Amino acid sequence: MLSLGSGGAKSTKPSFVSYVTPEEIKSEKDPPKQEKHPDLLPGEVEFCSANPILKYTQDDLSQRGVFGTLFCTNFRVTFISDEKPQEKTDKTFKNKLYGENDIPLMCVDHIYGVYDEKRKLITGGLVKNKYPSKMIIHCKDLRVFQFSLTFSKEEDAKKIFQGIAHHCLEEKSLKCVFAFSYMGTPSPEMQWKQETVMFDSPEDWTQEMKRTKANCRLVTENENFELSQRLPKYFVIPLTIGDLFSYQGKGLPIWCWSHYSGCALFKASFPPVTQEDGDFQKHLDTMINAVAHNHLYSVKTEDLSESLPNIQDIQQSYNKFKQFFLIENSTDFWLSDVKWFSSLESSGWLDIIRQCLQKAVEVVECLEKDNTNVLITEEEGTDLCCVISSLAQIMLDPYYRTLMGFQSLVQKEWVAGCHAFLDRCNHLHQKDKEYHSPVFLLFLECVWQLVHQHSPAFQFSETYLTVLSDSVHVPVFSTFLFNSSHHRESVMKAESPLAQSGPLSCPTVWDWSVQFDSKAQNFFFNPLYLEKVKHDRAVRKPHKPKHQRNLSLPSTAFKTPPKKGFFKDETDSLKKMLRVKRLSRWRGSPDAPTATTREFFESWQHRPLDYHGLLLPCLDGPAVHIWMQRYLRWIPEVYILGGGSVAVMTKLMELLSQVQDLKRVLEQRDSSQAAKLDHRPYFQHRLLSFDSSGRLSSSFPFAYTCYRSFKPIIPTGLMQSLMVTDSLASQEDEASSVVSFV
Amino acid sequence: DRSSGTRVSDTELRVYKDPSKGELPLLPEEHVQDSAKDVTYICPFIGPVRGSLSVTNYRLFFRCTDREPVFGLDLPLGVLSRVEKIGAATSRGDVSYGLACKDMRNLRFVHKEPEDSLKKSVFEVLMKFAFPVSNNMSLFAFEYKQVFPENGWKVYDPLAEYKRQGLPNESWRISKVNDHYELCDSYPAALVVPVTITDEELRRVSSFRAKGRIPVLSWIHPESQAAVVRASQPMVGQNGRRCKEDEKLLQAIMDANAQSHKMFIFDARPSVNAAANKMKGGGYESEDAYQNAELVFLDIHNIHVMRESLRKLKEVVYPNIEDSHWLSNLESTHWLEHIKLILAGALRIADKVESGKTSVVVHCSDGWDRTPQLTSLALIMLDSHYRTIRGFQILLEKEWLSFGHRFQQRVGHGDKNHTDADRSPIFLQFIDCVWQMTRQFPAAFEFNEYFLITILDHLYSCLFGTFLCNSEQQRLKEEVPKHTVSLWSFVNSQLEEFVNPLYVGYPSHVLFPTVGIRHLQLWVTYYIRWNPRMRPQEPVHQRYKELLAKRAELQKRVEELQREAANRTASSSSERAGSPTRSITPVQTFV
Repeated sequence: MLSLGSGGAKSTKPSFVSYVTPEEIKSEKDPPKQEKHPDLLPGEVEFCSANPILKYTQDDLSQRGVFGTLFCTNFRVTFISDEKPQEKTDKTFKNKLYGENDIPLMCVDHIYGVYDEKRKLITGGLVKNKYPSKMIIHCKDLRVFQFSLTFSKEEDAKKIFQGIAHHCLEEKSLKCVFAFSYMGTPSPEMQWKQETVMFDSPEDWTQEMKRTKANCRLVTENENFELSQRLPKYFVIPLTIGDLFSYQGKGLPIWCWSHYSGCALFKASFPPVTQEDGDFQKHLDTMINAVAHNHLYSVKTEDLSESLPNIQDIQQSYNKFKQFFLIENSTDFWLSDVKWFSSLESSGWLDIIRQCLQKAVEVVECLEKDNTNVLITEEEGTDLCCVISSLAQIMLDPYYRTLMGFQSLVQKEWVAGCHAFLDRCNHLHQKDKEYHSPVFLLFLECVWQLVHQHSPAFQFSETYLTVLSDSVHVPVFSTFLFNSSHHRESVMKAESPLAQSGPLSCPTVWDWSVQFDSKAQNFFFNPLYLEKVKHDRAVRKPHKPKHQRNLSLPSTAFKTPPKKGFFKDETDSLKKMLRVKRLSRWRGSPDAPTATTREFFESWQHRPLDYHGLLLPCLDGPAVHIWMQRYLRWIPEVYILGGGSVAVMTKLMELLSQVQDLKRVLEQRDSSQAAKLDHRPYFQHRLLSFDSSGRLSSSFPFAYTCYRSFKPIIPTGLMQSLMVTDSLASQEDEASSVVSFV
Repeated sequence: DRSSGTRVSDTELRVYKDPSKGELPLLPEEHVQDSAKDVTYICPFIGPVRGSLSVTNYRLFFRCTDREPVFGLDLPLGVLSRVEKIGAATSRGDVSYGLACKDMRNLRFVHKEPEDSLKKSVFEVLMKFAFPVSNNMSLFAFEYKQVFPENGWKVYDPLAEYKRQGLPNESWRISKVNDHYELCDSYPAALVVPVTITDEELRRVSSFRAKGRIPVLSWIHPESQAAVVRASQPMVGQNGRRCKEDEKLLQAIMDANAQSHKMFIFDARPSVNAAANKMKGGGYESEDAYQNAELVFLDIHNIHVMRESLRKLKEVVYPNIEDSHWLSNLESTHWLEHIKLILAGALRIADKVESGKTSVVVHCSDGWDRTPQLTSLALIMLDSHYRTIRGFQILLEKEWLSFGHRFQQRVGHGDKNHTDADRSPIFLQFIDCVWQMTRQFPAAFEFNEYFLITILDHLYSCLFGTFLCNSEQQRLKEEVPKHTVSLWSFVNSQLEEFVNPLYVGYPSHVLFPTVGIRHLQLWVTYYIRWNPRMRPQEPVHQRYKELLAKRAELQKRVEELQREAANRTASSSSERAGSPTRSITPVQTFV
């Protein structure tokens, strides 16, 4: 570490730049150094580099930093320090694709340039004129990098700045994404990927229908995307849908999941609007009828575009929210700490999370309590529909709370379900902002709330969710690169002959071995997970009448009046039902959860908690939290050295590994019995045993090296925080100084 | 059977699984004073419930009769701060009563007035027994005669605690100058002072420090010999009075630590308030008089600001929470900002002692509110002993009780004067800070959250003698240890309830918490515990207990296996191939 402006006594680097070039200095003092280069991934190409570049350390205002070389490749921006790499305390959680000084190009969110003390957002136009003295990069995984460009040769600095700005900010074509150059060899550890159901074959869908005892129809007519390019390759619809081609690929109710009672959840895009009004209504009726037919002729419909914020609202809210975590220095940190809660509230992000979970609970209530079919709709049917249907399924079906189940769910609803990842994530830096929105992140946020509230119900950890949210911006995985099944297939087909080694080697994100070795993958598992005991394997008991379950509830607080438009009670006349059906569309402001869902939650809360049964989130203000691990992990001011949940987790993992060791010992002894293989990998956490955990920081396993000293972080500017102006503050400490009580 | 009535700390309404057991559980010497049928409790969460109400000399017990399952309210009268009739009787003769509680809830009952105007209503009886001090009666703690296996009054022995710290030593002595509380009536009898200062000099210092609370040692660093010293403000006044004995004392404190030629004086107050105190004869140490000392103000506000902040917090969380404005409402109470300032102050003290190896003097105005908050938090950061269950009890006995935090005044035990400006949630705030630290360091504390909540519940309950009176001298005079039971008798007789199963006693570990608001949380399981929606699915301590059991079972298995392995190797030493070479570390237990 070198400090600037302090005389530069230890420094061999210049503290100003104009008179001598770094080249001269090097030749003078240092023996010609071995040029350092990044270890390139297969298929990675270096574009440009500059040296010396000063990378500021993030943790204070002293403007200290490390000198090194900055590179830009077709995959990342990377900084290589001139200093010898420090011995890292722990490399257990090393990402194989990129390290702490690497920024995948796709992960760059914004670049700021500092010109004469003024900070300017870099857009395409600015690039050509001048290069800034300092470049600040904000990443989508919330890291912040600051580089000083004043020490390297002018043309180098200019080149690297323009190179980075060009490759990170300019609109580009999909073919330029690194995934299409990446030549990573598929790893032998493909086991996980194979266990994740990809929903790219008719068998996967048939199997899922069988698992949930669905009584629907598998559509294979879109195998070659003849029905529509916006529809999945395979999908499932209600039995009564007739001529598929009349739908023009729009307004088809697509099956998501079936409740054991027989009712099911469907999602749909809006019917085509080009038709006349009458046709539109007719179409709507057929759609609703078909869904209603699925079970007991009852249906509830919900237009999500009416009751939830739209994707632009989501985008705007997140943009505000993330700013609170992109901290450039300590002063900023303590200043923003003052109005922390009201700032959070003003972003509205937590409120959007709450609204989504609320809506999902309403869907769950219909399926679980009323046994009504549910149809959710929105314009495209692939944004909020995915969020709500996936959340409802996680709450209802414990299978989706296992790691494989969750991955299969993402495949089913999002990947095979044609969520427009490419547009929403803005991987190609399109200028048209209309289509960008962190919808998938919003979903992960909601899942995190569930994981946070009901940790023992989930096999995966919050670290898994954090890593998944990061992986969206690693331009290697086919999972997040396309807008639909058709898009994926056509691009993959077109690109494959170009790659010399036959088919395009573009792994899915579920092949975690691409990023992490098996030891690191252990962090994906939640040591608190309560595994299901074998004997009550019967997850779904279709024969068990529903009212029996209600009887087991204490009857007092939960007797709810029959709801209006509650279909099953009126099974006499089909026409009558159809009339009521339209009445039963949900109404209700998104802000105030309806009284009935409150009751639904409370009655659920009164039941003994079953982590393998229905799971509902508490949505009261104090229960909705910030995903601390994701958002605070790079901010040294909030690192808790020797603390945080890592302290508990490591201990639990240690305990579990002991249990597993014991099991192994037992198995070895009973060698006559064929050792049954556990699906879960063994926990091998002895490496981070407790001598180290006392010094691990709360941001582990993400940022280990940032904070090495064992010093407290003393806040600055405290008084600004609390100006109590009322008269109480100046009142005497002892109001009645002598109170006789002796 | 549980002898404490407040076992049901996390639900407002206790559910009786077996209706026949909805009987009133009476403690030894507890007697029913009055009861009434047909009382309606207006529950803010589930609406009005009818039932019967009993008042004893210790508790209020409401049992609902019109609902299945049967449930009720069971609270010690000590938590009541105010009982009042609301409005006049309705045409049907119904009268409303409002009960404001010290533990973040308000209760409302509706009751028909007795037709016989001579007969007292059950609520009038309630008022009498809720405020025994105002009615010239004794607190229930003086009647309660439960016997526990352990005597909690023996937990704290000052000389043993100082001995643990290596005191007395060549620089510090234990003075008997306050043996009869003549030097300072709010200080303990045993005081640790520098050897170079005579008792006579201490007497002169006492006239210079507010309420005679002279600088004395609280804690000494085992390696660097840097000391944490506590005091009250110097009586500098507007004329800048000086006291050469006081200056000598502070110099002696600095000299006792050879590692540093400097010292820090932490004044807990905002500098404005410290300066304003000069008008009333108080003030702060001037740099002229105390040359090697650096004065730092910690900007913590006074008891009135804290009381107001908690009042606002109660408004925001009870009974209903406005979800869409929850965060800004929380911010407007400033409660967490006060917590942040206190933690930040303690952190700076601990940092100077640990990293700077410097001695520190901590004071506020009188040295019995903000000062114990700061010193005890700093001590928890510095000394792992205070993070154990018994160590924490010693810390409370020492820094809070023996050094005269005015519990009687701040809590107002049995006193009906609810508007008393001397009441303030100073101790609650300290426990909140401790809770924040247990959140940040979940494996560093031997006790669990339930332990902290139990302490707070019995701060108000008046069941135990621990938190009665204002000082050590008063407690001796009232013979509190003789006539009452200590809270620690109860706690230490069932330790397993309070143990944190994840505890790893890092012995020489200093804890530096993060004080950013981003890492502070509202203590929902305490402040909002009456709201059934915020109730954790499994009470936390229940989960802890399960974990403990699981671990014990594991340990048993480990031991069995090790024994078996040992037997095997003993019986067939020739056959070594299959046996595990690596020994499995036995799981430690911390009970």
